[in-house]
Amino acid sequence: MNLLVEIALGHLRTRRRQTLVSLTGVALGVGFFVAVAAMMQGFQSYFVAKVIDVSPHILVKDEVRVPPVQPVEAAYPGGAVRLLGLKPEEELRGIKNGLARVAELDRLEGVAAAPVLSGQMILRYGSRDVSAQILGIEPEGQRRVSNLERDMTAGELDDLFATANGIVLGAGLAERLGAERGDTVTALSTAGVVMNMKVVGLYETGITEMDNAQSYALLKKVQVLEDRPNVVDQIRLRLADVDRAEGLARRIEQRFGYRTESWQEQNQNVLGLFVVQNAIMYSTTGAILVVAAFGIFNIVSTVVLEKVRDIAILKSLGFDSRDVERVFVMEGLLVGLAGMLVGWGLGWLLIELLASVRFDIEGFVKSEGFKLNRSFLNYALAGAAAVVAATLAAWLPARKAARVDPVEIVRGAA
Amino acid sequence: MAPPESATTADPFAAAKPDTGPLLRAERATRVLSGPKAGAVPVTLVEDIDLTVGRGEFLAITGPSGSGKSSLLYLLGLLDRPTRGEVYLDGQPTRELSDAKRARLRLEKLGFVFQFHFLLPEFDSLHNVTLPLRKLGRLAARDIDARGLLLLRELGLEDCARKHPFQLSGGQRQRVAVARALANDPEAILADEPTGNLDTHNAATVFDIFAHLAGEHGRSVVVVTHDQDLAARCHRRVVLVDGRIVDQG
Ligand SMILES: Nc1ncnc2c1ncn2[C@@H]1O[C@H](COP(=O)(O)OP(=O)(O)OP(=O)(O)O)[C@@H](O)[C@H]1O
Ligand SMILES: [Mg+2]
Repeated sequence: MNLLVEIALGHLRTRRRQTLVSLTGVALGVGFFVAVAAMMQGFQSYFVAKVIDVSPHILVKDEVRVPPVQPVEAAYPGGAVRLLGLKPEEELRGIKNGLARVAELDRLEGVAAAPVLSGQMILRYGSRDVSAQILGIEPEGQRRVSNLERDMTAGELDDLFATANGIVLGAGLAERLGAERGDTVTALSTAGVVMNMKVVGLYETGITEMDNAQSYALLKKVQVLEDRPNVVDQIRLRLADVDRAEGLARRIEQRFGYRTESWQEQNQNVLGLFVVQNAIMYSTTGAILVVAAFGIFNIVSTVVLEKVRDIAILKSLGFDSRDVERVFVMEGLLVGLAGMLVGWGLGWLLIELLASVRFDIEGFVKSEGFKLNRSFLNYALAGAAAVVAATLAAWLPARKAARVDPVEIVRGAA
Repeated sequence: MAPPESATTADPFAAAKPDTGPLLRAERATRVLSGPKAGAVPVTLVEDIDLTVGRGEFLAITGPSGSGKSSLLYLLGLLDRPTRGEVYLDGQPTRELSDAKRARLRLEKLGFVFQFHFLLPEFDSLHNVTLPLRKLGRLAARDIDARGLLLLRELGLEDCARKHPFQLSGGQRQRVAVARALANDPEAILADEPTGNLDTHNAATVFDIFAHLAGEHGRSVVVVTHDQDLAARCHRRVVLVDGRIVDQG
């Protein structure tokens, strides 16, 4: 065995309990990081996959991002113009030439587009009132921009054509209404139109927010319900390559002038939450490592003080300052490496434990148990962080050890 | 430096080298301690030391307590740097050498024995003795242990090889420390009251070895001692008073 490693191990053996405590600290930091990261990344990528699977990759809305420039502002660009009592014009909302634009987008390579008219309404069944969103779709186009048909648990999309006023409800929504397939519910739109609609199908995407609040009907019927004949207020796009969404959305917005959101933007509140979640995870596990590093700093500092005679004798024998520094850095490194290995084991165990837990959660997405990302990268990252922290913690006292003047010690001991 | 075959032959020390000038030479070497460690006034430990230690010379340094004997030994042993003047090892000036170079010279050419044994408590006797051998790394692992055992036997410690310092008597520890100082077959052995803790018999054993090294192998031995009988066995006695040499025998 390497001589310096041997000396370092000898020192650690004299501080067995402290070493064990610090090693445990490092192991806990690594283990928890690996497990928690697996859990959170697993959930997050599951959510993203779900989102990409069920919601439009790009959504063109009948809104503009920036309010139109008022003529007076255009006349005095950069001037201190203040407008008082400006009333927004009651424009006829909707995407102008909606269907033509759908056709235009649909022609793009790797892009499928479908028109939608969305509206808010109250659904009434028996004594229950539930507010819900209704999306007017053309089944033909919808099939190409979503997996709605696949997600249907009862009925088919084409059943919408089979009745006068057919509606497809999200599973959660149907449950809240207490309605089933074949039942007739009453829809009351914000435009004041009342329409009896027959439930021809149910769907379940797994995304709670959708399943609990969204319903589908034919575009024409929704236009009647919302009293907006021939209006389309959304264009939904599905891409062969989801990574193109953000760039393409910007180009569409520039071309059409309508607010166009990529799937990232539509879910930015959740994705933003993930960022916070990750920050919390990294700082918590980081804190454990910092505490462990303090422990290592403490051990090595103590050993340096205790072994100042040994340092002097090593130097008098012909070991130089760098050898001495290496001995003590090695002590941190050894604790870090051992903690890393134990932590990997611990992390693996925790992951397997989490994997064996079965339960139903209904947060953003429906899931029965933890989604776990068993990435090798997490092990590498946690291990590297542990080893670096441990080594740095040892390096500070090690430098002090390297500076010990043997004469001073030898003189004092004689 | 021991050629490999000496690891297994009875005498662990190589033959004398041809005389190529004095091994150690101090030239007007002065050590002044200043700064926070010395207190308010700078302390002169040794002053204007002119001293030559030849190859094969067995030299005693004596003098009253506090006269600077240890300080001189640290200067000769490259453990400390002179504030003024120069210390030559093998004709090479050493004052301006880097710490690492001086450490290397200590490892290769010098062996220290202190009054306090300074063994590493985590290691057994054999490991303590072979520490300099392993650091130097010129022998194979097997030969290192063989040489370590040979040195221990030379000092009458063959039964102590696997014992740790706390299992040894004071005299045994001191002899292990002597064995360690001899590990790399140094050109010079510098000992600071090496027999202070030894009985007459063991003190004589250690001195016999020193005398043998100086006489048969041409090694230089510098010993600080209070023991006038032992000092009488040396080739030359240097007497220090108040940091200055007053008699060079
Ligand atoms: N750190 C220090 N601060 C002040 N004075 C010191 C310091 N170290 C040594 N001295 C002084 O230097 C002088 C020489 O010390 P040194 O240890 O070389 O003496 P010595 O001859 O070896 O004595 P002894 O026989 O007692 O071992 C002493 O007078 C001592 O008091
Ligand atoms: Mg002394």
